[in-house]
Amino acid sequence: MAAPLLHVTDLSKRFGGFVALDAINIEIAAQERVGLIGPNGSGKSTFVNCLCGTLRNESGSVRFDGRVLDGLPSHKRTRLGISRSFQLPRPFGSLTIADNLRIPLLYTVNARKGAALTGPALDARCAELLALVGLDGKATHLPRDLTQVEMRKLELARAMAAEPKLLIADEAMAGLSHGEIDDILALLVRLNERGITIIMIEHIMRAIMSFSHRIVVLDAGKKIADGTPDEIVRDPAVERAYLGE
Amino acid sequence: MSQRNFAILAILVAAAVLGAFLLIRQEYLFVAGYIVLQYVVLATAWNILGGYMGYINFGAAAFFAMGAYGTVVIQKLFPMPPMIVLIIAGGIIAGVVGLVMGYLTLRLRGAFFAIATLALAVVLQTLITNWGFVGGSRGAYIVRPPQAPLLETYVQYLFLVMLVLSVLALITARAIERSRLGYGFATIRDDELAAESSGVPTLKLKLIATTLSGAMMGMAGAPFPYYINYLDPGSGFNLAFAINAIAMPVIGGTTSWLGPLIGAVLLGSIQQYATVAISSAADLSNLIVGVLLVLFVIIAPHGIVGMFRRSARGPGH
Amino acid sequence: MDFPFELLINAVIAGLLLGGFYAAVTVGISLSFGMLDIVNIAHPAFIIVGSYIAYILNVTYGFDPILSAIVVLPLFYALGWAIYQIYYHSFEKRGRDSMRGFSFFFGLLFIAEVSLILVFGVDYRYVEARYVGPAIHFGFVDLPYRMMVPCAVSLLMFAALQLFIKRTFIGRAILAVSQDQLALQLMAVDPVRIKRIAFALSIATASIAGACLIVIQPLEPSVGREYIGRVFAIAVLGGLNSLPGTLVGAILLGVIESITATFYGPSWAPAVAFGCLLLTLAFRPAGLFGR
Repeated sequence: MAAPLLHVTDLSKRFGGFVALDAINIEIAAQERVGLIGPNGSGKSTFVNCLCGTLRNESGSVRFDGRVLDGLPSHKRTRLGISRSFQLPRPFGSLTIADNLRIPLLYTVNARKGAALTGPALDARCAELLALVGLDGKATHLPRDLTQVEMRKLELARAMAAEPKLLIADEAMAGLSHGEIDDILALLVRLNERGITIIMIEHIMRAIMSFSHRIVVLDAGKKIADGTPDEIVRDPAVERAYLGE
Repeated sequence: MSQRNFAILAILVAAAVLGAFLLIRQEYLFVAGYIVLQYVVLATAWNILGGYMGYINFGAAAFFAMGAYGTVVIQKLFPMPPMIVLIIAGGIIAGVVGLVMGYLTLRLRGAFFAIATLALAVVLQTLITNWGFVGGSRGAYIVRPPQAPLLETYVQYLFLVMLVLSVLALITARAIERSRLGYGFATIRDDELAAESSGVPTLKLKLIATTLSGAMMGMAGAPFPYYINYLDPGSGFNLAFAINAIAMPVIGGTTSWLGPLIGAVLLGSIQQYATVAISSAADLSNLIVGVLLVLFVIIAPHGIVGMFRRSARGPGH
Repeated sequence: MDFPFELLINAVIAGLLLGGFYAAVTVGISLSFGMLDIVNIAHPAFIIVGSYIAYILNVTYGFDPILSAIVVLPLFYALGWAIYQIYYHSFEKRGRDSMRGFSFFFGLLFIAEVSLILVFGVDYRYVEARYVGPAIHFGFVDLPYRMMVPCAVSLLMFAALQLFIKRTFIGRAILAVSQDQLALQLMAVDPVRIKRIAFALSIATASIAGACLIVIQPLEPSVGREYIGRVFAIAVLGGLNSLPGTLVGAILLGVIESITATFYGPSWAPAVAFGCLLLTLAFRPAGLFGR
């Protein structure tokens, strides 16, 4: 069996006296679709931040694609192939929508070995990504002209622009309509079919259930369940975490 | 307009200005013009770090002084050094200072960087004031070479030198603005966390900005001792440099190379005129600059350039 | 050769007294920068303005500088209130553009200094009061009143503020707003109003700090700039969120400066504070007690 794409061993993170993550162990195989769920405050975002290098974990180790990531700054991890969208969108406010997508192309895609995108090819790729999320009409607008929903799509598009091996979608569907959720799901499935491993963090259960090959459940910083959607739904520990005793 | 065409245009404009001044034959034009051009370089340099990247440098005077005192040191060791050597040396000294300071403080938030620049300015000024070799608090006299190269008077020559530096500064700023580097700077200004996440090596870019900005300020300072013939810490670390380096880009507009140019030419000329027309002009003009800075920051944050553009645009426009 | 113990002890004592005073100078920054995250580098300028006001009242009417500072306190409070209003509406509301906030305060700093130069010139000014001059002597130890009185006043003001923060509702609201604005809003307290009060308080402290300053030393307008480094060095050393930390940092800096000035000459004094600041920022930015 092939080595896992992502191998997290005993990952722990504290903030002062507060333990946000407690010895998390997760293995994710290439091209898996993993849902990450848990009540609010369970540590999902902290986990993502530690994976991506935005936060430094105190102990434990992260191996990605055969490389140990510990100590690497965020931008190096992105270049190695981990990309994430932020739960609260963080666009580049002074750049146009198209230019927002240009950044990961210039700094991540072009930084990897192989032919770099320039000129018209760069513009074309921006347009392509915009069309993928349905924002092609707004290429020359600024982020402040976008609706909340459009900003989430931009956030996702920017993460996709980095051509990741592992894409982490952090609550990308919050606030979307039924049809829009289906669109994003379809998009993520298409990306997965092209070879991208996806971790989806969501509270929208129907999305998680239909999308995930496997679901990991966090509660109060610990991993309490890890299995197929059917197993998770029937797991008493999960029920307790969400509904209480 | 391509970079090459812009460069040609800039050189032509500069040549026209020089030609006009030579025709009018008023020495004062060169004396005042030197200071205005010096501010063009200072403001443009400041803006690369402050406007493009959003990291405020309160210590522009220190970097400028590094260039000026570099000249003092060199010409004490080797009499009559060529100007190009002094300029390069000034750039290197100030650039290294920028690099070191950047490395020590840029991993912190922008607020701490700004305070550190202030601290740096005072530390450097104190060190220089206590350094006998360059004259300490009493200062040092600089003797101009007897024969001015290329032009009639030495001040005209200095004006030409600063004209060249201005053109180079503007070309550099514009080139950065439209390049990958400029995009990177803008993302750091807008959202550093998201920038890192998108693959932008923020620390490396921040160091590039502080080094480049500092070096340019040092180059602006290198000819200064020859201009005023005497350099002491008070004139080298003059507060007017610090406030103007900030006020000119802010008032002119920080998002483009044009802003510092407009701000420097406008404010610089007004201040030079005031020096001639009013007696306690130096302090009064400083006051006016301070007031204008505060007003613009509150009312017209995008500066004069911003008034003519509907919104703040990033690079590529 | 004898080690100059007497000199050292006097230097340390002077440093302790100075440090007490520095605490008063810095407490304003602990409020505005530590708790409100506002980089008010113009704070020393307000202090100097306070000094000059005390000076005018002293020279014209013979008023005691520290008492007149207390009388003028409400004016400074109102000034702080007004400045926060401008700051809030122009910068904070509009979001993340802290660059403009810095430039705003830098501009204010500059305007204050240059205005003082235009009105008073660059000569040194000093006040006359009963305690400027005499000193107590214990053997070889000198305790000048002009240092003890400001130190005492400063420590009193510092203690009063500490009590206010810990014991009154508004004081605790200020602490709360620095930690969790949203929670405060949920308790039906307007965070903007609380922040305004905090900032106004920080400027009010400048009035008293200014009077103390001109009692300790003669002044000219550019002295304010030296204090920028001191103030931020102490604030950062002490850990921004901690008032007691500020006191420790202030005393530490006072002693180091005093020893440096005594043994190496006063021209190195400004570099001490700024050097400490740079070192702290470079190697231990959370300060000695920081969060």
